[in-house]
Amino acid sequence: MATDLQVAPHAEVPASQRIINDFSIQVATVNGSGSQTANLVLLRSIFQMGVPVSGKNLFPSNIAGLPTWYTIRASRHGYIARKKEIDFLVAMNPETAREDVLALEPGRAVVYDEPLKLNALRDDLVFYPVPFDKLVVEVTRDAKLRRLVRNMIYDGVLARLLNIDLQEMERALGKQLARKAKALVLNKGALELGFKHTDEHLEKRDPFYLEPMNETGGMVLIEGNAAAALGCMMAGVTMVAWYPITPSSSLCETLIDYLRKYRMDKETGKATFAVIQAEDEIAALGMVLGAGWAGARAMTSTSGPGISLMAEFSGLAYYAEIPAVIFDIQRVGPSTGLPTRTAQGDVAFCAALSHGDTKHLLMLPATVEECYTMAMDAFDLAERFQTPVFVLSDLDLGMNNWMARPFSYPDRPIDRGKVLTEETLARIGEWGRYKDVDGDGIPYRTLPGQWGPGFFTRGSGHNAKAQYTERPDDYTRNMDRLARKFETARGHVPKPVVDMRDGAAIGIIAYGSSHVAVEESRDQLAAEANVQTSYLRLRAFPFTPELGTFIDRHDRVYVVEQNRDAQMVMLMRQELSAARIAKLRSVLHYNGLPVDARSVTDGILVQEGLKGEAQPETPRENVVSMVGGE
Amino acid sequence: MSSTAVTPPPKKTNRIGLETQVYRGSKTTLCAGCGHNAISERIIDAFYEMGVDPRRVAKLSGIGCSSKSPAYFLGSSHGFNAVHGRMPSVATGALLANRDLLGIGVSGDGDTGAIGIGQFVHLMRRNLPLIYIIEDNGCYGLTKGQFSPTADVGSKLKNGVVNDLPPIDTCALAIELGATFVARSFSGDKKQLLAILKAAIGHRGTCMIDVLSPCVTFNDHEGSTKSYAYAKDHDEPLGSFNFVPFFEDISVEYEPGTTVEVTLHDGSRLLLHKVDGGFDPTSKMDALRVLHESAARGEFATGVLYVEPNKPDFVTVLNVVDEPLASLPLEKLRPPKAALDEIMASLT
Ligand SMILES: Cc1ncc(C[n+]2csc(CCOP(=O)(O)OP(=O)(O)O)c2C)c(N)n1
Ligand code: SF4
Repeated sequence: MATDLQVAPHAEVPASQRIINDFSIQVATVNGSGSQTANLVLLRSIFQMGVPVSGKNLFPSNIAGLPTWYTIRASRHGYIARKKEIDFLVAMNPETAREDVLALEPGRAVVYDEPLKLNALRDDLVFYPVPFDKLVVEVTRDAKLRRLVRNMIYDGVLARLLNIDLQEMERALGKQLARKAKALVLNKGALELGFKHTDEHLEKRDPFYLEPMNETGGMVLIEGNAAAALGCMMAGVTMVAWYPITPSSSLCETLIDYLRKYRMDKETGKATFAVIQAEDEIAALGMVLGAGWAGARAMTSTSGPGISLMAEFSGLAYYAEIPAVIFDIQRVGPSTGLPTRTAQGDVAFCAALSHGDTKHLLMLPATVEECYTMAMDAFDLAERFQTPVFVLSDLDLGMNNWMARPFSYPDRPIDRGKVLTEETLARIGEWGRYKDVDGDGIPYRTLPGQWGPGFFTRGSGHNAKAQYTERPDDYTRNMDRLARKFETARGHVPKPVVDMRDGAAIGIIAYGSSHVAVEESRDQLAAEANVQTSYLRLRAFPFTPELGTFIDRHDRVYVVEQNRDAQMVMLMRQELSAARIAKLRSVLHYNGLPVDARSVTDGILVQEGLKGEAQPETPRENVVSMVGGE
Repeated sequence: MSSTAVTPPPKKTNRIGLETQVYRGSKTTLCAGCGHNAISERIIDAFYEMGVDPRRVAKLSGIGCSSKSPAYFLGSSHGFNAVHGRMPSVATGALLANRDLLGIGVSGDGDTGAIGIGQFVHLMRRNLPLIYIIEDNGCYGLTKGQFSPTADVGSKLKNGVVNDLPPIDTCALAIELGATFVARSFSGDKKQLLAILKAAIGHRGTCMIDVLSPCVTFNDHEGSTKSYAYAKDHDEPLGSFNFVPFFEDISVEYEPGTTVEVTLHDGSRLLLHKVDGGFDPTSKMDALRVLHESAARGEFATGVLYVEPNKPDFVTVLNVVDEPLASLPLEKLRPPKAALDEIMASLT
């Protein structure tokens, strides 16, 4: 879409100039003002119209009072990455309204709270003043409730302005407030009032319209964390230990809801799982290890700060060979500031978490479907390889709603890995806990309280029979076997998804939530600069041979990541030849916002010499390109 | 010449037909004379005498000389030497994964009182069914003799450094926080320690047992309040008690009003004969008073300090199925397709 829309701010846009099902809406509100319901209803009603849509919540680290933005993108092309430009602003927050309005490109539309007088700021936008306070008085006399339903009025306004069927909105509202009859009535009133007010007092002058499509039929809307929770339940998780932290909490909280509903034993009414809110993340992982050691399917979920605390136990689990599933819903850096913003900043840390020689398996889900399937994969791999498996999601993927085809029911049984049985013992003759019987580096374990001989579990000092040793050769032998086990894992982790384009000189590599931006960026590169690209999406660490082959097939390979230091490239440097490394370039996005296609496209075009240096577009944005290679 | 067949004397076995040898572990690598070794011996005796099947025991520990000791008893049981101060969390996971396990954890006063105090506190709150032993020598043995948080004010290190911070009384803390069996003993008091350990095996809930266990290498000198000599002089047993295991039908005679009788989870009985008729081990207030009073005199009270036999343990509180979670079959773990369909339908 052109950035300088030719709009006459005073007349209805002729049909030929309308922009249909391809724009973004941003709602700027105050945290804690009850805007979540209004925003989800808006998202859901567009989804119900069959228009591909995505929603992103940009919220502060605060319970109430600070600014928050919710961005919805409708895209008839099916693009669901964050769109950098805002086309339609709903300015409800006096604190940010000025800045929000000034950041818009010409020709965009603004619905605003009338007393803010935002129309005085610019004359190249379409303004729609709405007297929210006056209107809300008509909805309810209760001042407390007014605050909560006030936001629903803008949904009504948008329904009228954007052409959303009011019935669809009411249906979405009904879904959102299914069990709150009284709130439903009030909110419906607010919705209708906003619609009616707009109908009677405002004249549609912007070019943005929604029209029903048929692209979302049968699909679901789900957050990555809920999808992961579902995967954990289907994987047969039996032990969950966690400590609350945004953006990870909703994973365990949703899981608890699911487990309570679907995993109570029919006959006894007792739980087929144990969930503990631990005293901290050290204890959470300790509990997971104790449970994994004793044969449970155990998991925890956390974010960067928790991962930091889990370092020592992660190393112990690697050395002592104990299965554990650890979700890391990544967020920005330490302590206060941007803890509620997204990043892919824990990649290098998790891959080698702990002291000593440690290497961990990483799962890299890019979609909600993969949050679901990789949760199941993670449990199987953890038990198969008797080692911690980290699932690296992030705030963007985990806490936002994404469209997806309904998940399919798992078609294979769970893999409990190598647990010694009487038959195995008969076959192998002599058992040692850390003995490599099958040549794949994976030993057989026994479980306390179950059939099989006992053994003593320690960190670094043990021989193949789990006896205490400090002998140099024992240590080396064991470390080499662990390395062999890691090599075996290389053949079992999810393989990358590769889209090889004939004749493309440029390859793009991405992982996790950067995926959706890359997909869109590839179309932009082709359309705008006639640059054809191949694409490899990494889905796990260790890397598989597809990675090297992909690099070999291209002259230059751009690795897109949401961190400053090109962490995935760091891991590649450990594994790839110098010739392959020399082909790598980085496109890095690390401002706390989900990466968008424009940033990826510009990052590549600049390095290709096809475009001048990208300028940061608004104070909240920042794009940095860095050249990789030796 | 005639020969006489010699029948070897029958090997002594316990209630479940096992020899004491089965309850031993590998050879200790701790210093000769270390209190921790004596405690390992008592653990061996207690499990043998109670006839516990070693295959259902999980041994857990943190890091320290004390935490090494699980390798030196119950060699056929599974053991887990975790990381420093974090044994409680590992024990919690293991015992929830398999509720049939009998958990015994060994820690040190540094492992518990310093780096592990947070996990200790939360373990006590949860009343996890675990025997938790602190082998308490007032110092860090494995890192060569620094003070630990249980060292008394005025106690002196070998190099002359005097401790000037008050000690943490792990027993008082445990009682306050919710442990349901709390005792203190001395590694040199074989009889009392053995009886306490046997009673602990019969209890279901957290058994916190602080055992004074002198470090002969770093903290057994004149001026230390955790030396053998000091311990012998300042041990104040709370009065005698009898432990009657559930499998023995023994009646103990006592004058009414002189004895508190407690029936433990497995049906064993604990008969605690009162000193001066004053102390009731089912009363938190009594237990805390005794601890404070004896500490004020510069002594340490030993014996069973507090028992609360009927408080639900953590596994019960969590309403976990009777079968170990670790061995549940897939049918019980993966909800049917209808469940997934229902969830998906709610998201359209
Ligand atoms: C995280 C960590 N910090 C420090 C140490 C070093 N360390 C090993 S044992 C120990 C103290 C053990 O003291 P205590 O628990 O009293 O046991 P003891 O050796 O006296 O039986 C310390 C500090 C460690 N192993 N891990
Ligand atoms: S150093 Fe002290 S605590 Fe450690 S084994 Fe020797 S005597 Fe025991």
